[in-house]
Amino acid sequence: FLNLPLKFSYRIMDMTLYSYFRSSCSWRVRAALSLKGLDYEIEAVNLIKDGGQQLSEDYKKINLMAQVPALKVDDTVITQSLSIMEYLEEICPEPSLLPKTALERAKVREICLIIGSGIQPLQNLSVLQYIAKNEGNEKKLEWAKHVIEKGFEALEKLLVSCSGKYCFGDSITFADCFLVPQIYNAKRLG
Amino acid sequence: MQMTLYSYFRSSCSWRVRAALSLKGLDYEIEAVNLIKDGGQQLSEDYKKINLMAQVPALKVDDTVITQSLSIMEYLEEICPEPSLLPKTALERAKVREICLIIGSGIQPLQNLSVLQYIAKNEGNEKKLEWAKHVIEKGFEALEKLLVSCSGKYCFGDSITFADCFLVPQIYNAKRFGVTLDRFPTIERIDATLKDHQAFIASHPSNQPDCPSDIKA
Repeated sequence: FLNLPLKFSYRIMDMTLYSYFRSSCSWRVRAALSLKGLDYEIEAVNLIKDGGQQLSEDYKKINLMAQVPALKVDDTVITQSLSIMEYLEEICPEPSLLPKTALERAKVREICLIIGSGIQPLQNLSVLQYIAKNEGNEKKLEWAKHVIEKGFEALEKLLVSCSGKYCFGDSITFADCFLVPQIYNAKRLG
Repeated sequence: MQMTLYSYFRSSCSWRVRAALSLKGLDYEIEAVNLIKDGGQQLSEDYKKINLMAQVPALKVDDTVITQSLSIMEYLEEICPEPSLLPKTALERAKVREICLIIGSGIQPLQNLSVLQYIAKNEGNEKKLEWAKHVIEKGFEALEKLLVSCSGKYCFGDSITFADCFLVPQIYNAKRFGVTLDRFPTIERIDATLKDHQAFIASHPSNQPDCPSDIKA
Protein backbone atom coordinates (compact mmCIF):
# COMPACT_ATOMS: atom_id res chain seq x y z
CA PHE A 1 0.00 0.00 0.00
CA LEU A 2 2.76 2.40 0.98
CA ASN A 3 4.56 1.77 -2.28
CA LEU A 4 1.62 2.94 -4.40
CA PRO A 5 2.44 6.10 -6.36
CA LEU A 6 0.77 9.16 -4.83
CA LYS A 7 -1.68 9.53 -7.67
CA PHE A 8 -3.38 6.28 -6.72
CA SER A 9 -3.93 7.06 -3.06
CA TYR A 10 -6.74 9.54 -3.57
CA ARG A 11 -8.69 7.13 -5.72
CA ILE A 12 -9.24 5.09 -2.60
CA MET A 13 -11.07 7.97 -0.95
CA ASP A 14 -14.81 7.78 -0.71
CA MET A 15 -16.37 10.78 -2.44
CA THR A 16 -20.04 11.64 -2.55
CA LEU A 17 -21.34 14.69 -4.36
CA TYR A 18 -24.64 16.17 -3.22
CA SER A 19 -25.96 17.50 -6.51
CA TYR A 20 -29.06 18.64 -8.39
CA PHE A 21 -29.07 17.79 -12.07
CA ARG A 22 -29.81 21.34 -13.17
CA SER A 23 -27.79 23.24 -10.57
CA SER A 24 -25.03 25.09 -12.41
CA CYS A 25 -22.90 25.11 -9.26
CA SER A 26 -23.18 21.31 -9.02
CA TRP A 27 -22.32 20.97 -12.70
CA ARG A 28 -19.07 22.92 -12.21
CA VAL A 29 -17.88 20.32 -9.72
CA ARG A 30 -19.16 17.38 -11.76
CA ALA A 31 -17.15 18.68 -14.72
CA ALA A 32 -13.98 19.04 -12.62
CA LEU A 33 -14.38 15.53 -11.17
CA SER A 34 -14.88 14.16 -14.66
CA LEU A 35 -11.91 16.05 -16.11
CA LYS A 36 -9.71 14.67 -13.35
CA GLY A 37 -11.00 11.13 -13.80
CA LEU A 38 -12.14 10.92 -10.17
CA ASP A 39 -14.78 8.44 -9.08
CA TYR A 40 -17.66 9.59 -6.93
CA GLU A 41 -21.23 8.79 -5.92
CA ILE A 42 -24.08 11.18 -6.57
CA GLU A 43 -26.54 11.91 -3.82
CA ALA A 44 -29.37 13.76 -5.56
CA VAL A 45 -30.93 16.74 -3.78
CA ASN A 46 -34.11 17.98 -5.46
CA LEU A 47 -34.34 21.73 -5.05
CA ILE A 48 -38.02 21.83 -5.96
CA LYS A 49 -39.66 18.66 -4.63
CA ASP A 50 -40.96 18.48 -1.07
CA GLY A 51 -40.65 22.25 -0.83
CA GLY A 52 -36.95 21.91 -1.59
CA GLN A 53 -35.02 18.94 -0.21
CA GLN A 54 -32.04 21.21 0.43
CA LEU A 55 -34.04 22.85 3.21
CA SER A 56 -34.47 19.63 5.24
CA GLU A 57 -32.80 19.42 8.64
CA ASP A 58 -30.89 16.36 7.46
CA TYR A 59 -29.40 18.15 4.49
CA LYS A 60 -28.55 21.23 6.51
CA LYS A 61 -26.22 18.98 8.53
CA ILE A 62 -24.37 18.43 5.25
CA ASN A 63 -24.53 22.04 4.02
CA LEU A 64 -25.45 24.75 6.52
CA MET A 65 -26.30 27.17 3.67
CA ALA A 66 -28.86 24.61 2.41
CA GLN A 67 -27.42 24.70 -1.08
CA VAL A 68 -25.81 22.35 -3.56
CA PRO A 69 -23.19 21.20 -4.24
CA ALA A 70 -21.46 19.65 -1.25
CA LEU A 71 -18.67 17.09 -1.50
CA LYS A 72 -18.31 14.46 1.18
CA VAL A 73 -14.76 13.10 1.32
CA ASP A 74 -14.66 10.18 3.75
CA ASP A 75 -16.05 11.90 6.88
CA THR A 76 -15.55 15.53 5.93
CA VAL A 77 -17.88 17.75 3.92
CA ILE A 78 -16.67 20.64 1.77
CA THR A 79 -19.12 23.16 0.32
CA GLN A 80 -18.81 26.05 -2.17
CA SER A 81 -17.94 24.94 -5.68
CA LEU A 82 -14.66 26.86 -6.06
CA SER A 83 -13.41 25.62 -2.70
CA ILE A 84 -14.26 22.05 -3.69
CA MET A 85 -12.48 22.51 -7.00
CA GLU A 86 -9.35 24.00 -5.41
CA TYR A 87 -9.34 21.00 -3.07
CA LEU A 88 -9.60 18.57 -6.00
CA GLU A 89 -6.74 20.39 -7.72
CA GLU A 90 -4.60 20.04 -4.60
CA ILE A 91 -5.22 16.34 -4.01
CA CYS A 92 -5.26 15.42 -7.69
CA PRO A 93 -2.87 17.78 -9.47
CA GLU A 94 -3.03 15.92 -12.81
CA PRO A 95 -4.61 16.65 -15.13
CA SER A 96 -4.26 20.22 -13.89
CA LEU A 97 -7.15 22.67 -14.19
CA LEU A 98 -5.09 25.74 -13.34
CA PRO A 99 -2.21 27.33 -15.28
CA LYS A 100 1.32 27.50 -13.93
CA THR A 101 2.10 31.12 -13.05
CA ALA A 102 0.49 33.18 -10.29
CA LEU A 103 -0.83 35.85 -12.68
CA GLU A 104 -2.33 33.28 -15.04
CA ARG A 105 -3.96 31.46 -12.13
CA ALA A 106 -5.36 34.80 -10.93
CA LYS A 107 -6.93 35.35 -14.34
CA VAL A 108 -8.61 31.92 -14.31
CA ARG A 109 -9.91 32.45 -10.76
CA GLU A 110 -11.14 35.88 -11.82
CA ILE A 111 -13.27 34.34 -14.55
CA CYS A 112 -14.63 31.79 -12.06
CA LEU A 113 -15.50 34.48 -9.53
CA ILE A 114 -17.09 36.84 -12.04
CA ILE A 115 -19.47 33.95 -12.63
CA GLY A 116 -19.51 32.48 -9.12
CA SER A 117 -19.86 35.75 -7.21
CA GLY A 118 -20.86 38.27 -9.86
CA ILE A 119 -23.54 36.47 -11.83
CA GLN A 120 -24.89 33.21 -10.43
CA PRO A 121 -25.72 34.27 -6.85
CA LEU A 122 -27.86 37.08 -8.24
CA GLN A 123 -29.95 34.61 -10.22
CA ASN A 124 -29.95 31.61 -7.94
CA LEU A 125 -33.14 29.92 -6.81
CA SER A 126 -33.76 31.73 -3.53
CA VAL A 127 -33.23 35.17 -5.05
CA LEU A 128 -35.52 34.41 -7.99
CA GLN A 129 -38.16 33.00 -5.65
CA TYR A 130 -38.01 36.23 -3.61
CA ILE A 131 -38.40 38.45 -6.67
CA ALA A 132 -41.22 36.31 -8.09
CA LYS A 133 -43.03 36.46 -4.74
CA ASN A 134 -42.67 40.24 -4.39
CA GLU A 135 -42.87 41.43 -7.97
CA GLY A 136 -44.15 38.56 -10.10
CA ASN A 137 -42.73 36.13 -12.58
CA GLU A 138 -42.13 38.60 -15.38
CA LYS A 139 -39.95 40.85 -13.24
CA LYS A 140 -38.09 37.77 -12.01
CA LEU A 141 -37.18 36.67 -15.53
CA GLU A 142 -36.27 40.23 -16.45
CA TRP A 143 -33.91 40.44 -13.48
CA ALA A 144 -32.25 37.08 -14.17
CA LYS A 145 -31.74 37.97 -17.82
CA HIS A 146 -30.33 41.36 -16.83
CA VAL A 147 -27.73 40.06 -14.37
CA ILE A 148 -26.55 37.37 -16.76
CA GLU A 149 -26.28 39.75 -19.70
CA LYS A 150 -24.46 42.33 -17.61
CA GLY A 151 -21.96 39.71 -16.44
CA PHE A 152 -21.57 38.24 -19.92
CA GLU A 153 -20.78 41.67 -21.36
CA ALA A 154 -17.82 41.91 -18.98
CA LEU A 155 -16.84 38.28 -19.45
CA GLU A 156 -16.93 38.55 -23.25
CA LYS A 157 -14.41 41.39 -23.22
CA LEU A 158 -12.20 39.53 -20.74
CA LEU A 159 -12.29 36.33 -22.77
CA VAL A 160 -11.45 38.16 -25.99
CA SER A 161 -8.10 39.00 -24.40
CA CYS A 162 -7.25 35.74 -22.60
CA SER A 163 -9.01 32.92 -24.40
CA GLY A 164 -7.48 30.49 -26.85
CA LYS A 165 -9.32 27.31 -27.69
CA TYR A 166 -10.81 27.52 -24.21
CA CYS A 167 -11.43 30.27 -21.67
CA PHE A 168 -7.76 30.61 -20.85
CA GLY A 169 -5.40 29.70 -23.62
CA ASP A 170 -5.50 26.23 -25.05
CA SER A 171 -5.93 24.11 -21.92
CA ILE A 172 -9.17 23.47 -20.09
CA THR A 173 -9.25 25.16 -16.70
CA PHE A 174 -11.66 25.83 -13.81
CA ALA A 175 -12.94 28.75 -15.89
CA ASP A 176 -14.47 26.41 -18.46
CA CYS A 177 -16.09 24.42 -15.65
CA PHE A 178 -17.75 27.64 -14.49
CA LEU A 179 -18.64 29.03 -17.92
CA VAL A 180 -20.46 26.12 -19.55
CA PRO A 181 -23.05 25.68 -16.76
CA GLN A 182 -23.60 29.45 -16.67
CA ILE A 183 -24.34 29.44 -20.39
CA TYR A 184 -26.91 26.68 -19.83
CA ASN A 185 -28.53 28.91 -17.19
CA ALA A 186 -28.42 31.86 -19.57
CA LYS A 187 -30.26 29.95 -22.26
CA ARG A 188 -32.89 28.71 -19.78
CA LEU A 189 -33.58 32.32 -18.88
CA GLY A 190 -33.91 33.58 -22.43
CA MET B 1 6.65 45.31 -8.20
CA GLN B 2 4.37 48.29 -8.31
CA MET B 3 0.95 47.59 -6.77
CA THR B 4 -2.08 49.88 -6.95
CA LEU B 5 -5.36 48.96 -5.32
CA TYR B 6 -8.53 50.50 -6.71
CA SER B 7 -10.61 50.75 -3.58
CA TYR B 8 -13.59 52.46 -1.94
CA PHE B 9 -13.19 53.11 1.77
CA ARG B 10 -16.47 51.44 2.70
CA SER B 11 -16.45 48.58 0.20
CA SER B 12 -16.19 45.35 2.16
CA CYS B 13 -14.64 43.62 -0.86
CA SER B 14 -11.90 46.24 -1.00
CA TRP B 15 -11.31 45.93 2.74
CA ARG B 16 -10.70 42.18 2.42
CA VAL B 17 -7.80 42.86 0.09
CA ARG B 18 -6.49 45.81 2.12
CA ALA B 19 -6.40 43.53 5.17
CA ALA B 20 -4.52 40.80 3.29
CA LEU B 21 -1.99 43.32 1.92
CA SER B 22 -1.48 44.69 5.41
CA LEU B 23 -1.11 41.26 6.99
CA LYS B 24 1.52 40.37 4.43
CA GLY B 25 3.35 43.67 4.91
CA LEU B 26 3.02 44.54 1.23
CA ASP B 27 3.29 48.15 0.05
CA TYR B 28 0.71 49.53 -2.33
CA GLU B 29 -0.89 52.74 -3.54
CA ILE B 30 -4.58 53.40 -3.15
CA GLU B 31 -6.53 54.71 -6.10
CA ALA B 32 -9.86 55.74 -4.62
CA VAL B 33 -13.02 54.96 -6.60
CA ASN B 34 -16.11 56.63 -5.19
CA LEU B 35 -19.11 54.37 -5.73
CA ILE B 36 -21.62 57.16 -5.06
CA LYS B 37 -20.16 60.41 -6.39
CA ASP B 38 -20.61 61.44 -10.03
CA GLY B 39 -23.27 58.75 -10.41
CA GLY B 40 -20.68 56.18 -9.34
CA GLN B 41 -17.10 56.56 -10.52
CA GLN B 42 -16.85 52.81 -11.04
CA LEU B 43 -19.21 53.21 -14.01
CA SER B 44 -16.89 55.52 -15.94
CA GLU B 45 -15.43 54.28 -19.21
CA ASP B 46 -11.95 54.82 -17.79
CA TYR B 47 -12.58 52.63 -14.79
CA LYS B 48 -14.24 49.93 -16.86
CA LYS B 49 -10.90 49.57 -18.63
CA ILE B 50 -9.51 48.58 -15.23
CA ASN B 51 -12.45 46.42 -14.13
CA LEU B 52 -14.95 45.29 -16.76
CA MET B 53 -17.53 44.47 -14.07
CA ALA B 54 -17.31 48.11 -12.89
CA GLN B 55 -16.68 47.06 -9.29
CA VAL B 56 -14.03 47.42 -6.64
CA PRO B 57 -11.51 46.18 -5.77
CA ALA B 58 -9.02 45.75 -8.57
CA LEU B 59 -5.29 45.28 -8.08
CA LYS B 60 -2.88 46.62 -10.65
CA VAL B 61 0.44 44.79 -10.53
CA ASP B 62 2.88 46.55 -12.87
CA ASP B 63 0.88 46.39 -16.13
CA THR B 64 -1.62 43.68 -15.24
CA VAL B 65 -4.93 44.09 -13.45
CA ILE B 66 -6.51 41.38 -11.30
CA THR B 67 -10.10 41.66 -10.10
CA GLN B 68 -12.28 39.65 -7.69
CA SER B 69 -11.11 39.80 -4.08
CA LEU B 70 -10.48 36.08 -3.55
CA SER B 71 -8.52 35.81 -6.78
CA ILE B 72 -6.40 38.80 -5.75
CA MET B 73 -5.81 37.24 -2.34
CA GLU B 74 -4.84 33.83 -3.76
CA TYR B 75 -2.39 35.71 -6.00
CA LEU B 76 -0.90 37.54 -3.03
CA GLU B 77 -0.57 34.24 -1.17
CA GLU B 78 1.29 32.74 -4.14
CA ILE B 79 3.73 35.59 -4.65
CA CYS B 80 4.19 36.32 -0.94
CA PRO B 81 3.78 33.02 0.91
CA GLU B 82 4.88 34.45 4.28
CA PRO B 83 3.16 35.26 6.50
CA SER B 84 0.76 32.64 5.17
CA LEU B 85 -3.00 33.29 5.19
CA LEU B 86 -3.95 29.70 4.38
CA PRO B 87 -3.44 26.54 6.44
CA LYS B 88 -1.22 23.70 5.32
CA THR B 89 -3.42 20.73 4.39
CA ALA B 90 -5.86 20.55 1.47
CA LEU B 91 -8.89 19.91 3.68
CA GLU B 92 -8.05 22.78 6.03
CA ARG B 93 -7.52 25.12 3.08
CA ALA B 94 -10.88 24.00 1.67
CA LYS B 95 -12.53 24.95 4.97
CA VAL B 96 -10.98 28.44 4.93
CA ARG B 97 -12.01 28.99 1.29
CA GLU B 98 -15.48 27.74 2.14
CA ILE B 99 -15.86 30.46 4.78
CA CYS B 100 -14.62 33.06 2.29
CA LEU B 101 -17.06 31.92 -0.38
CA ILE B 102 -20.05 31.68 1.95
CA ILE B 103 -19.41 35.38 2.46
CA GLY B 104 -18.08 36.26 -0.99
CA SER B 105 -20.68 34.35 -3.03
CA GLY B 106 -23.42 33.57 -0.54
CA ILE B 107 -23.88 36.85 1.30
CA GLN B 108 -22.16 39.94 -0.08
CA PRO B 109 -23.27 39.77 -3.74
CA LEU B 110 -26.90 39.64 -2.58
CA GLN B 111 -26.46 42.90 -0.66
CA ASN B 112 -24.02 44.75 -2.87
CA LEU B 113 -24.70 48.25 -4.15
CA SER B 114 -26.27 47.46 -7.51
CA VAL B 115 -28.66 44.88 -6.07
CA LEU B 116 -29.73 47.21 -3.28
CA GLN B 117 -30.20 50.07 -5.74
CA TYR B 118 -32.43 47.82 -7.86
CA ILE B 119 -34.57 46.79 -4.91
CA ALA B 120 -34.83 50.37 -3.63
CA LYS B 121 -35.90 51.55 -7.07
CA ASN B 122 -38.53 48.85 -7.52
CA GLU B 123 -39.78 48.36 -3.99
CA GLY B 124 -38.56 51.23 -1.84
CA ASN B 125 -35.94 51.81 0.79
CA GLU B 126 -37.62 49.83 3.55
CA LYS B 127 -37.81 46.66 1.45
CA LYS B 128 -34.18 47.19 0.50
CA LEU B 129 -33.00 47.29 4.09
CA GLU B 130 -35.21 44.33 4.95
CA TRP B 131 -33.62 42.33 2.14
CA ALA B 132 -30.06 43.25 3.10
CA LYS B 133 -30.69 42.34 6.73
CA HIS B 134 -32.32 39.06 5.68
CA VAL B 135 -29.48 37.85 3.44
CA ILE B 136 -26.83 38.74 5.98
CA GLU B 137 -28.66 37.08 8.88
CA LYS B 138 -29.34 33.96 6.82
CA GLY B 139 -25.66 33.72 5.91
CA PHE B 140 -24.53 34.46 9.45
CA GLU B 141 -26.74 31.68 10.82
CA ALA B 142 -24.87 29.19 8.67
CA LEU B 143 -21.49 30.80 9.31
CA GLU B 144 -21.97 30.83 13.08
CA LYS B 145 -22.53 27.05 13.14
CA LEU B 146 -19.55 26.48 10.86
CA LEU B 147 -17.30 28.68 12.97
CA VAL B 148 -18.33 26.97 16.19
CA SER B 149 -16.72 23.82 14.83
CA CYS B 150 -13.58 25.21 13.18
CA SER B 151 -12.67 28.44 14.96
CA GLY B 152 -9.99 28.93 17.54
CA LYS B 153 -8.83 32.42 18.35
CA TYR B 154 -9.72 33.29 14.76
CA CYS B 155 -12.04 31.87 12.11
CA PHE B 156 -9.86 28.84 11.52
CA GLY B 157 -7.86 27.74 14.50
CA ASP B 158 -5.39 30.13 16.02
CA SER B 159 -3.84 31.69 12.93
CA ILE B 160 -5.30 34.53 10.90
CA THR B 161 -6.42 33.37 7.47
CA PHE B 162 -8.28 34.69 4.40
CA ALA B 163 -11.46 33.83 6.29
CA ASP B 164 -10.82 36.58 8.82
CA CYS B 165 -10.16 39.04 5.99
CA PHE B 166 -13.61 38.18 4.64
CA LEU B 167 -15.46 38.09 7.95
CA VAL B 168 -14.50 41.40 9.54
CA PRO B 169 -15.66 43.57 6.62
CA GLN B 170 -18.89 41.58 6.35
CA ILE B 171 -19.60 42.25 10.04
CA TYR B 172 -19.12 45.97 9.37
CA ASN B 173 -21.70 45.67 6.57
CA ALA B 174 -24.00 43.73 8.87
CA LYS B 175 -23.95 46.46 11.49
CA ARG B 176 -24.65 49.12 8.86
CA PHE B 177 -27.82 47.21 7.99
CA GLY B 178 -28.97 46.84 11.56
CA VAL B 179 -27.95 43.24 12.12
CA THR B 180 -27.10 42.60 15.75
CA LEU B 181 -24.61 39.94 16.68
CA ASP B 182 -26.29 38.61 19.83
CA ARG B 183 -27.38 35.50 17.94
CA PHE B 184 -23.87 35.02 16.59
CA PRO B 185 -21.51 34.84 19.59
CA THR B 186 -18.61 33.19 17.73
CA ILE B 187 -18.73 35.77 14.96
CA GLU B 188 -18.90 38.50 17.59
CA ARG B 189 -15.96 37.06 19.52
CA ILE B 190 -13.72 36.86 16.45
CA ASP B 191 -14.66 40.42 15.50
CA ALA B 192 -13.76 41.64 18.99
CA THR B 193 -10.41 39.84 18.80
CA LEU B 194 -9.51 41.28 15.41
CA LYS B 195 -10.65 44.86 15.91
CA ASP B 196 -7.45 45.59 17.83
CA HIS B 197 -5.16 43.90 15.30
CA GLN B 198 -2.86 46.35 13.57
CA ALA B 199 -3.66 45.09 10.06
CA PHE B 200 -7.42 45.37 10.56
CA ILE B 201 -7.04 48.85 12.02
CA ALA B 202 -4.83 50.01 9.15
CA SER B 203 -7.25 48.61 6.56
CA HIS B 204 -10.41 49.84 8.35
CA PRO B 205 -12.68 52.13 6.28
CA SER B 206 -12.23 55.06 8.64
CA ASN B 207 -8.47 54.95 8.15
CA GLN B 208 -8.61 55.11 4.38
CA PRO B 209 -7.48 58.21 2.47
CA ASP B 210 -10.91 58.50 0.81
CA CYS B 211 -12.91 58.26 4.02
CA PRO B 212 -14.92 61.48 4.50
CA SER B 213 -13.87 63.37 7.62
CA ASP B 214 -17.36 63.25 9.12
CA ILE B 215 -17.26 59.43 9.10
CA LYS B 216 -13.73 58.94 10.41
CA ALA B 217 -13.50 57.37 13.84
